Amino acid sequence: MASSSGNELSKGQGAEAGETERWASLVGGGAMVLMGLSQRSLRGVLMALAGGGLVYQGVTKQSTIQQAQEAIGINKSIKVEKTVTINKPADELYRFWHDFENLPRFMKHLKSVTVQNDKRSHWIANAPLDSSVEWDADILEDRENEFISWASVEGADVENSGFIRFKKAPGDRGTEVKVVLEYSPPGGALAAAFAKLFGEEPEQQIGDDLRRFKMLMEAGEIATTEGQPKGG
Amino acid sequence: MKAVCWHGANDVRVETVPDPKIINPRDAIVKITSTAICGSDLHIYGGYIPTVQSGDIIGHEFMGEVVDVGNAVSNLKIGDRVVVPSMIGCGNCHYCQRDMWSLCDNSNQNGWMEEKLFGSITSAIYGYSHTFGGYAGGQAEYVRVPFADVGVVKVPKDIPDEKLLFISDAIPTGYMGAELCDIKPGDTVAVWGCGAVGQFAMISAYMMGAEKVIGIDRFPERLEMAKNFAKAEIINYEEVDAGEALKEMTGGRGPDACIDAVGLEAHGVGFEDFYDQTKQKLRLETDRPHVLRQMMLACRKGGTLSIMGVYGGFVDKIPFGAAFNKGLTFRMGQMHGQKYMHKLLELVLDGKLDPSVVVSHQLPLEQAPHGYHIFQQKEDNCIKVVLKP
Repeated sequence: MASSSGNELSKGQGAEAGETERWASLVGGGAMVLMGLSQRSLRGVLMALAGGGLVYQGVTKQSTIQQAQEAIGINKSIKVEKTVTINKPADELYRFWHDFENLPRFMKHLKSVTVQNDKRSHWIANAPLDSSVEWDADILEDRENEFISWASVEGADVENSGFIRFKKAPGDRGTEVKVVLEYSPPGGALAAAFAKLFGEEPEQQIGDDLRRFKMLMEAGEIATTEGQPKGG
Repeated sequence: MKAVCWHGANDVRVETVPDPKIINPRDAIVKITSTAICGSDLHIYGGYIPTVQSGDIIGHEFMGEVVDVGNAVSNLKIGDRVVVPSMIGCGNCHYCQRDMWSLCDNSNQNGWMEEKLFGSITSAIYGYSHTFGGYAGGQAEYVRVPFADVGVVKVPKDIPDEKLLFISDAIPTGYMGAELCDIKPGDTVAVWGCGAVGQFAMISAYMMGAEKVIGIDRFPERLEMAKNFAKAEIINYEEVDAGEALKEMTGGRGPDACIDAVGLEAHGVGFEDFYDQTKQKLRLETDRPHVLRQMMLACRKGGTLSIMGVYGGFVDKIPFGAAFNKGLTFRMGQMHGQKYMHKLLELVLDGKLDPSVVVSHQLPLEQAPHGYHIFQQKEDNCIKVVLKP
C-alpha cells in the first residue's frame, strides 16, 4: 500500500542527500509540493519530501509517484487547496494548529483528533448516518512557524494527507495561511459515504473551515446564528 | 417575544418567537426600546434582496437596554443603555482595526455566498438576508448583539430615544456620505434622496464646509424638510429636469460632489424608468440605477460621486464613458458605524444635531405591517417610522 512506497522513498535518503538539500531550499514554504500537486498526488509528494532524496526523481521521472498513485487509487481522490490571511503572527497560528486536537473546533467534518506522540495522532471524522471513519496520521515534516505536513498511515479508512504553510503577509497584515488537503476514499459503499461527507463542494467546505480558523484566531470565537429565534 | 418576521414580498407579520439567548462569549442581549424602519428595509420588504427566508426577523436600526452579557464582555453591564450600529464588526480583523467596520472579515458566517457574488466577504448586517450573515434583526422585543464589546455605544439615560436612535444607521450613513465627498470650503454638494439618510448627509455636508447643498426628491414633504431642517436648496425631479436644474444652480459647472442617498429602487421619469422597471421585473437586472446615471452626467468634471444608497447586484446601461472622460472619483460602501457613533453621539449631546426631527410616525411594534406599507407608499406624509416594542 501507500506506506510501503513511502518506505521505499525513505531508502533513497542517503544516496541523494545533496539533492535533498538543493530541493529543500527550493521548497521554501512548500512551493514544490504545490508544483507536484498540479499533476500528482499530494500524498506521494509529501511522502517523498519526508523520505528525502527521491523527491527529485519523483518530480522528474514520476515513477515513484505513479506507484503511490496506483497504490492509493488517486483517480478518485478529492484534492483542495485554499489560502486565507489571518491578522496574527505565524508562531501563534502554528502553535494552535500544531496541536491537532484543536482542529475539530473549526473543521466541521472532524469529530475528534487525539495526539498520541510527537508524530502520530488518531483522527475520527463524521460520516453520514451517525457513522464515522477513523485513521492514524503521522507528521511527515514539521518546520517551526512555517510548515506542517501529515499523512494517514497504512490501514486508514480513508487515505489522506495534507499540509499547512504559514507565510508572513506583506504590509502588516498578519500571516498568509495555505492549506492543501487530499483524501483518497476506497471503493464501494464507503466511497459513497465519503463523497457525502464533503458534499458537492469540498473547496467550499475547506474554505469555510479556514474562515472559522481565522475567526477563532482573530475574534476568539466563531460567528454563528445557530439557535437564534425565527418566525414560522 | 414579539418580532417582525418577513414572509415574502410586501408581507411582514408580527409573530411570537422564542427569546434570543447568549450563544457566543462576546454576545449581549438587548431589550429593544426603539427600532426604526430604514429605507433599505424597503428593499427587503419589496423582495429585492435575495436569500431572505420566510420567518426571518428583520430590522437593523435599533437601541435599547442590555439585559444579559456573555462572559467575554467586560465593558458592558446589565442595565446599560446602548445604541447598536447596523453593521456587525469583530473589531479584531485587518479591516475593523482600520475603522472599515462594514468590511469585517469575521462577522459573516455565510461568507461563501458573498465570495461567489462579490469576490470577497463583507460584514454581516442585522436582519438583512442570509448573504449578509443571517442574523436575526432588531424589529423585535429583544435582540442578540454579537461582538457587543466593540459593537455598541453606551448612551446617557436622560435623553429621549428619538434623539439617539439614528446614531445606529441613518446618521452615520449620511455623515459618511458627506465625508467621502472630501468637501472643500465653497463646494456645492447635491444629494439625491431627502429621506432620513439624505437629510443627515445634507446637514453633514454643511458641517464639513460645503457652501451650497442641493436636495433632490419628488415628495413635497421630504423636500420641505430638506429646505427647513437641512437648509438645502431643492429640486423636485418630477417637475423639472434635475440635470438641467443642477447646471443652472452651479453656474453651468455641475455639483462638486454628488451623494446617492437612494439606492437600488430609485425612480426615474419617462422611458428610462419604464426600461429599468421592466428589466428588474424580468430579473434581467437586480437594481435600478437612475441615481447613478444622473449623478455621472450631472457631476462637474473631476468631481466625486459618493454612493450610500444600497446596491445589491447588477445594473444596466451605466454611462461609464461619461465617468471616465470626466475623470470622476467613485467612493461608496456600507457605512462604518463603529467609526462614527461616538463622535455623532457627542454632536447630539452638545445639541448641535437634533435627529428626532425626521420622525414622522411612531407606532407600536404590532403595527409594523402598517408602518412598512405607509413608508413604502409614502402615504400620510411618511418620512421615518419608529417602532416601539
